Amino acid sequence: MRKALITCLALAAALVVAATASGRTDATKAAGAIPGCSPASLNLLAEGTLTIGTDNPAFPPWWGGTPKKPWQVSDPASGKGYESAVAYQIAKRLGLAKGDVKWVAVPFNNSFKPGKKPFDFYMAQVSYKPERAKNVTFSTAYYYVDQAVVGIKGTPIASVRSLAGLRKYKLGAQIGTTSYEYIVKTIKPTRQPSVFDSNADAVAALKNKQIDGLVVDYPSTGYITGVQVPTSKVVGRLRQAGAGREYFGLIFSRGNVLVKCVDKALTAMKADGTLARLERIWLAQSGGAPVLK
Amino acid sequence: MTRGGDGRRGVAVALASTVVFFAVLAVVVVNSPGWDEVKRAFFDWQLFRESLPAIAEGFKTNVKIFMIAEVFILAFALVLAVMRSLKGPVFFPIRALATVYADLFRGIPTILVIYILGFGAPALQIEGVPTSTIFWGIVALVLVYSAYVAEVYRAGIESVHPSQEAAARSLGLSGMQSMRFVVLPQAVRRVIPPLLNDFIGLQKDTALIALLGTVEAFRQSQIDVAATFNYTPYLATALLFVLITIPLARFTDWLVARDRRRQQAGRLA
Repeated sequence: MRKALITCLALAAALVVAATASGRTDATKAAGAIPGCSPASLNLLAEGTLTIGTDNPAFPPWWGGTPKKPWQVSDPASGKGYESAVAYQIAKRLGLAKGDVKWVAVPFNNSFKPGKKPFDFYMAQVSYKPERAKNVTFSTAYYYVDQAVVGIKGTPIASVRSLAGLRKYKLGAQIGTTSYEYIVKTIKPTRQPSVFDSNADAVAALKNKQIDGLVVDYPSTGYITGVQVPTSKVVGRLRQAGAGREYFGLIFSRGNVLVKCVDKALTAMKADGTLARLERIWLAQSGGAPVLK
Repeated sequence: MTRGGDGRRGVAVALASTVVFFAVLAVVVVNSPGWDEVKRAFFDWQLFRESLPAIAEGFKTNVKIFMIAEVFILAFALVLAVMRSLKGPVFFPIRALATVYADLFRGIPTILVIYILGFGAPALQIEGVPTSTIFWGIVALVLVYSAYVAEVYRAGIESVHPSQEAAARSLGLSGMQSMRFVVLPQAVRRVIPPLLNDFIGLQKDTALIALLGTVEAFRQSQIDVAATFNYTPYLATALLFVLITIPLARFTDWLVARDRRRQQAGRLA
């Protein structure tokens, strides 16, 4: 009885949204809308609105623009920065306009808690892992990532040229990143690595020389060495072995069917070169650092 | 005879009400709409077993931290308490200092003291000042807990009847001597239960040092949670803290009971 009522309501709402959405589609002419993925059929949190969660502050080069209201450092709604650009591309391919995307600030640790989530998907450089995929649903890759080590110029770690050379140093990483796992499983340092709550804390520890080297994803090093700690440099990039290459995926509530349409959008963006183009625009770094082996 | 009967009935009633209470609670929890989700996210037995060894390894750091900190706290707090108990106008600045200290460090949230010292002090980059996070974490805990423990000591000192000190002075002991040999031994004995209480609080607050990057039990479990998106490792950490707290809590109870027995025995005699 109640279920029938809910279905009726959902159907009515869907019809209304379909009506308004089709009106808008005519005006904005959705480029490359995906068959079977009209805005009305997307199972969105709020009808006709794509709600995306990310961490606050949102750092370059993943996010850009001047911060507004709750946002710090960057503004996810700016369309600037790699993740913001990718997010709006996804929205476009789902037949949604720029104004239909809503951003919510969600700390990483809240992004995977059980129960209802306050977003349609979560986008904050979260790496796919099979264990994680048991508790949330991941999209396909939107970025393949390398890790990198950042150290202070002139300190001993700055002249390290091999993976083995990193072993004797005190390394640090931010919690929730796969950087820590990389330290423990691949570098295997002789000293217990430090793990920090946030990017800001990890960077402070590097500045204070409480750690010798900070392990982060390679694209984030540009902002650290350029803005946060100008006395630091990228010691080297750390590449993972072929098959299990680390990638970033979007997080959905477990079993959310929206992922099917988002995956189609991402696959199309990969096929037509959109992702590669956005990567060149937002993530290109000058003076490529050496790869440590 | 009647008393025995009452006792048996009382036990039966207590047993029945406990069983009913937990049965109802279990039924409500298990039938809640989100139970399947919660069960998967919090009670993954395999993950529990996998994560426990590393968390137990991290827990050694917690034990080290609270053992070292407690020694300094007991000593430093005693100094503060004696400072605050000094009599006479000459000692006003010392009394004021001890008072301000207690107000300040009981007022500031522990987490902030740890942050400010842990990231602030090394940032000064003074030659010879340690940058070790465990060092600054311990310093922060000693500063905060000494403020609480000093107040516990002071309560003990003030509970010793003034006639005790008067008697000591009349026997020719100096002010400091009467404090050392007459007041403090009685005061400290009386406040052992609340001291142990603060010690338990300290044990749990060692987890806050994780903020500075130290991988102790809590941080290790956070790492496991973030790696698997499953909260079960937190339960493993909680279990370790409980395991170490329960014996101490029972010991405290036993001390309180023994103290009461002795006092009542004294009254009869």
